[in-house]
Amino acid sequence: MSKLQNAIVGGVRTAMGYVPSSWLPGGTRDPLIDKRVTLGTQQSRVDGPDKVQGVARFAAEVRMDGLVYAACVHSTIARGKITELDLAAAEAAPGVVLVMTHRNAPKLALPPPIGMTNLKAAGNNILPIMQDADIRWNGQTVALVLAETQEQANHAASLIVVRYEQAAARTRFEDAKADATTPDSLMIERNRLKRGDTDAAFRNAAGSVDAVYRTPWHNHNPIEPNAATIAWQGDRLIVHDATQMLNGTAGSLAKVFGIKDTQVFVSSPFVGGAFGGKALWDHQILGAAASKLAGRPVRIALSRASMHRLIGGRSQTEQRVALAADATGKLKALLHQGFSVKPPHSVCDEAFTLSGRSLYESESYDIVQHTLDLDLLANTFMRAPGEAVGTFAIESAMDELAHDLGIDPIALRLRNIGDTDPVSGAPHSQSDLRLAYELGAKKFGWDRRAATPKSRQDGEWLIGMGCATGSFPYVRMPGMSARITIDSNGHATVSSAAHEMGMGTATVQRQHAADRLGLPLDYVTVRIGDTDLPFGSFAGGSSQTASLGAAINAASAKLAGDLLRLAGNDTPLAGLRANEIEFANHGLRKIDEPSRYESFASILERASRSEISAMGESGAPLEILKFSMHSRSAIFCELRVSEVTGEVRVTRLVGAFDCGRILNPKTATSQFRGGMIMGLGMALTEETLLDKRNGRIMSASMTDYHVPVHLDVPEIDVLWTDIPDPRTPMGARGIGEIGIAGVAAAIANAVFNATGKRIRDLPLTPDKLLSD
Amino acid sequence: MAIAINGTDYSLPDDPRVSLLDLLRERIGLTGTKLGCNQGACGACTVILDGERVLSCLTLAVQADGRAVTTIEGLSKQGDMHPLQRAFIEHDGLQCGYCTPGQICSAVAMLGEMRRGDPSYVTADLVAGLGSTTREEIRERMSGNLCRCGAHHGIVEAIEEQLVGDAA
Amino acid sequence: MTPFDYRRAADQTEALSLAAAGHCRFLGGGTNLVDLMRQNIEAPAALVDVSRLPATIDVTSEGGLIIGATARNSAVAAHPVVRAQYPMLSRALLAGASAQIRNMATVGGNLMQRTRCSYFYDAAGSRCNKREPGAGCDAIDGLSRNHAILGTSEHCIATLPSDMCVALAALDAIVHLDGPMGPRSVPLLDFHQLPGTTPHIETVLRPGELITAIAISPSAAAANSRYRKVRDRSSYAFALVSVAAGLDVADGRIRDVRIALGGVAAKPWRAVQAEDVLRGEAPTRENFLRAADVELAAAKPTEANAFKIELAKRTMAAVLGDLTGAGA
Ligand SMILES: Cc1cc2nc3c(=O)[nH]c(=O)nc-3n(C[C@H](O)[C@H](O)[C@H](O)COP(=O)(O)OP(=O)(O)OC[C@H]3O[C@@H](n4cnc5c(N)ncnc54)[C@H](O)[C@@H]3O)c2cc1C
Ligand code: SF4
Ligand code: FES
Ligand code: FES
Repeated sequence: MSKLQNAIVGGVRTAMGYVPSSWLPGGTRDPLIDKRVTLGTQQSRVDGPDKVQGVARFAAEVRMDGLVYAACVHSTIARGKITELDLAAAEAAPGVVLVMTHRNAPKLALPPPIGMTNLKAAGNNILPIMQDADIRWNGQTVALVLAETQEQANHAASLIVVRYEQAAARTRFEDAKADATTPDSLMIERNRLKRGDTDAAFRNAAGSVDAVYRTPWHNHNPIEPNAATIAWQGDRLIVHDATQMLNGTAGSLAKVFGIKDTQVFVSSPFVGGAFGGKALWDHQILGAAASKLAGRPVRIALSRASMHRLIGGRSQTEQRVALAADATGKLKALLHQGFSVKPPHSVCDEAFTLSGRSLYESESYDIVQHTLDLDLLANTFMRAPGEAVGTFAIESAMDELAHDLGIDPIALRLRNIGDTDPVSGAPHSQSDLRLAYELGAKKFGWDRRAATPKSRQDGEWLIGMGCATGSFPYVRMPGMSARITIDSNGHATVSSAAHEMGMGTATVQRQHAADRLGLPLDYVTVRIGDTDLPFGSFAGGSSQTASLGAAINAASAKLAGDLLRLAGNDTPLAGLRANEIEFANHGLRKIDEPSRYESFASILERASRSEISAMGESGAPLEILKFSMHSRSAIFCELRVSEVTGEVRVTRLVGAFDCGRILNPKTATSQFRGGMIMGLGMALTEETLLDKRNGRIMSASMTDYHVPVHLDVPEIDVLWTDIPDPRTPMGARGIGEIGIAGVAAAIANAVFNATGKRIRDLPLTPDKLLSD
Repeated sequence: MAIAINGTDYSLPDDPRVSLLDLLRERIGLTGTKLGCNQGACGACTVILDGERVLSCLTLAVQADGRAVTTIEGLSKQGDMHPLQRAFIEHDGLQCGYCTPGQICSAVAMLGEMRRGDPSYVTADLVAGLGSTTREEIRERMSGNLCRCGAHHGIVEAIEEQLVGDAA
Repeated sequence: MTPFDYRRAADQTEALSLAAAGHCRFLGGGTNLVDLMRQNIEAPAALVDVSRLPATIDVTSEGGLIIGATARNSAVAAHPVVRAQYPMLSRALLAGASAQIRNMATVGGNLMQRTRCSYFYDAAGSRCNKREPGAGCDAIDGLSRNHAILGTSEHCIATLPSDMCVALAALDAIVHLDGPMGPRSVPLLDFHQLPGTTPHIETVLRPGELITAIAISPSAAAANSRYRKVRDRSSYAFALVSVAAGLDVADGRIRDVRIALGGVAAKPWRAVQAEDVLRGEAPTRENFLRAADVELAAAKPTEANAFKIELAKRTMAAVLGDLTGAGA
């Protein structure tokens, strides 16, 4: 993003400083924070029975008459031109309905890129799709086959012969550094932060560290592959997709095919894991284009190999962190610099330098990151983009500094966390990392840690403990909307084009709506998952709970007013204004005079109405500019490292989270653990292998890309401060991503404590621990 | 020439390339069994074949000729969930739910293996066989079922509860 | 997957006669072959399903075992005699793949499973001499962290991924075959071939020949044996390095020792030189390390897999050390 954007955000931020907080969203404390009914209680998932019985319907499971199956042929070079396409054998193969290549593909516009301002955009890889003979990355789709069965499509695809004229491709991270560019901003933050005299700080430091940390490419690898079942009904496009961006996908497909948003229907009631990898990529567009050409509905369910070629992952990073401190551990300088890949057709800054500067106060800063342009598939958002890898570097460095200074690693961190945002000076909406560390350290037994590395051993196994901080910003998306409908039985239905990828969206928002409307849980139904429902923003940035929460809140306020009007004069509520009433006990009542009450059913009956509906929308998230809003965690790890083989076995993890109020401890615990387990994978095993010679992904399967298995997963205790954030709906901040942050550093720090070896290069595989 | 799936006979596909998984999902419409990798690497497609857990993605449908297959849909009887299905909900052994049918089918058959005393790689004494069943035993035995959401704890707790039920 | 004919054999005779018909493959559990066909690496015209041939595991009068080729990996691992008298075999099987795969996989199929080299697997985009003789090998200068360090050639550096075969190599197993030219037996150590100039030739199995059984004989070293597998993930992953070893110590001297390494070569690597060093010596850590040094002296790693030398040495010494403890 641009200089202009920096100026605007900077200007708004300054202006916000003068605006009284009561004027802002979140300015008045959400009354639900103090009125605990079902929110905050353990609730099992509402969709649990459907999921455990295999009844929940996923994108590749929608039946359609006349359905044909798609298979992709991918390029095997990174850059060049197709010179020859031999399709004869494929076209003649049994069952084949269509072979689509750049020669016969319909004209397709570029998909609009995902951005902060256009919620109707979900594009990740902004390149022409099958419009010309040009090859732009190794794995690009050069042909798509449709056939009557998947077996036939796959076979025909294997018969296609493609010849290329190869051009020089840039596929090496190292080589691209010379031409790195420096963006003006990262998300809505200024990229470069230079303040104070870092050189002087290092000269006068009592302790310091200056090291380079590396993280490899990662892939989301949800267990459900990306898939869509697609049909055209006249000029209406129906897409059963696996997506975390329903309206974004609809809007983007409309642009690509030159039709109106309203002509595209996208449905995605259940998503089998997403983690950032399920928005719009080439396959939905190719599937829709082929369906149009063939005049048949199409199922395009990507194979694992196709997924690795078509769905981008988290960029590799190289990060230098240098810290200088005085003898008490107070930071005098914080440098965080480095490189990640972001080709021009990518939408994702891997903003790894944002966590350190939001966490720690330092007298001087020198922070900036650079992006590399390579001939690769676009990188994208993956669980806690920026923060997951950024905390690995900064929190490893903090551990190194603590060791250098002989200070306890927790004490060092607490010494440096600010009372306000370290950079902007904005007040925290709520923040208590100190308490998180206290709770976590107690649960974990941090006092049993030996400060000297390599001092605990059990047979061949060296035992170590480590900790690290995790951090993730609060996001609430504007534009998310919800409708509440109350029927004549007093039953409420909340609907919104929101997403369920395992977070328990319907479960938690049902609790929310019940509490908001004064209803018991079984009087509320939540409908999500398609674009016929009120407009939804994406499920990303851990924003959905807050965004949908704000929308439901707004809808309920509107509903109260509408009900009041509908009730008229012949009611105990007569003459009251909206701000004098509240929802309670299946109806409305006067706030300080509970006897002035009428039930929903009675209001509707008197008005001879079968139902009443109201819509609400999440407004502009100005609170984010006025306050520093971050979730934080203290992560603890105990592990064993084999002196013989270098194998690392994590035996215990503890995560203490400061994330505002926890809305459903049962599902929240699962989400925190899920994030931590992904952090465990990132620390120990996960690495997408890219052949530098030709930019080809060689780990394009689940046998080669190692996500954690049951036996890798240790006991994990999860705790939280449970302090409501007074600036957010329900007092909650997002919890979907914070779990992964800090985990890799905690594990690497524990490895150091166990072995005395500092590994700065993920993943921590045995080979790296073997050398002396 | 038929496969008994959840007690109903189905005829074999005429194309021998069709996997048991594709037969279930695409031809019969039993989509409870999931496709995760189609390569034997994730366990999402686990079904129970003549009482033993197998991967339906690497089983050709023709190989199951004359045999009995139980899928997730066959575990609940007349709408009454299998105790393990209820335990998964209770212990929140799921998030997105995509690996879940495979985890449950795998666990149901795994309980049989444990009751039979079959050893695993982490069983300390191969001859004595299973002593007390530790979480480590459950974890090793369930390692053929990946879960990317990280629902491992709930899954292990739900299974453990069944074993405790056994002991009682 | 290329279309093929499917035939199921009711017995061995039928299997052999069906196989005589030309370009076909026997189908065991299908856990490797079905995948390879789906990846367009194998395209047999016909499959002869042998998975329902009798899967017997017979105990001989001396306590040896004759394991039918169609016995499931899980059944062999759980067999009481294997657990008691050949623990390294049971453990090696249990270290492989997942419970579901072990329930499907047959002994014959396990013996014949092909490499997991990712360039071999990338039929669409990579060069591989094993897949296509003479095409070149993209692994040698590529991503070779998981590749072989022993017995490699300039044509191929792939490993055999089997765990079971490592234990069988240490046990001096005999492979029983039957085929168009009649039955024969081959020592397991001679069954798999090193790549040389013909990496596509992986075993001595002739066209149409069926593996019928594996035979192993008892010994004190077999009874006092272990298998240890080192991998990137704690379970459900192929070996970086594995060691199967058995030890028989009498009067403070090593009377018999069997060592085989996995993950290091295109065949299960019997550590003959290490065994020679150790026989008759005291079972000490120094001797174990010295023997490991001798065995791995010939290793020719790439930059990416040089760590396997140290890993193999240490793991070998550790397993032997454990056996000393257990056997003493
Ligand atoms: C995800 C995954 C992980 C794995 N991890 C491991 C691991 O960690 N360790 C390990 O050792 N293995 C592992 N495996 C491999 C597994 O052990 C093999 O796939 C299995 O042993 C093959 O046996 P099968 O009966 O299924 O063989 P099939 O797939 O049926 O056949 C394999 C080959 O053997 C031939 N064949 C089969 N039977 C005979 C016979 N009787 N005579 C002659 N030829 C025959 C077939 O023609 C074919 O060429 C893994 C597999 C997968 C999919
Ligand atoms: S190492 Fe062997 S199997 Fe791998 S690419 Fe080279 S020739 Fe092929
Ligand atoms: S789909 Fe069968 S193991 Fe993944
Ligand atoms: S619950 Fe989502 S993969 Fe397991």
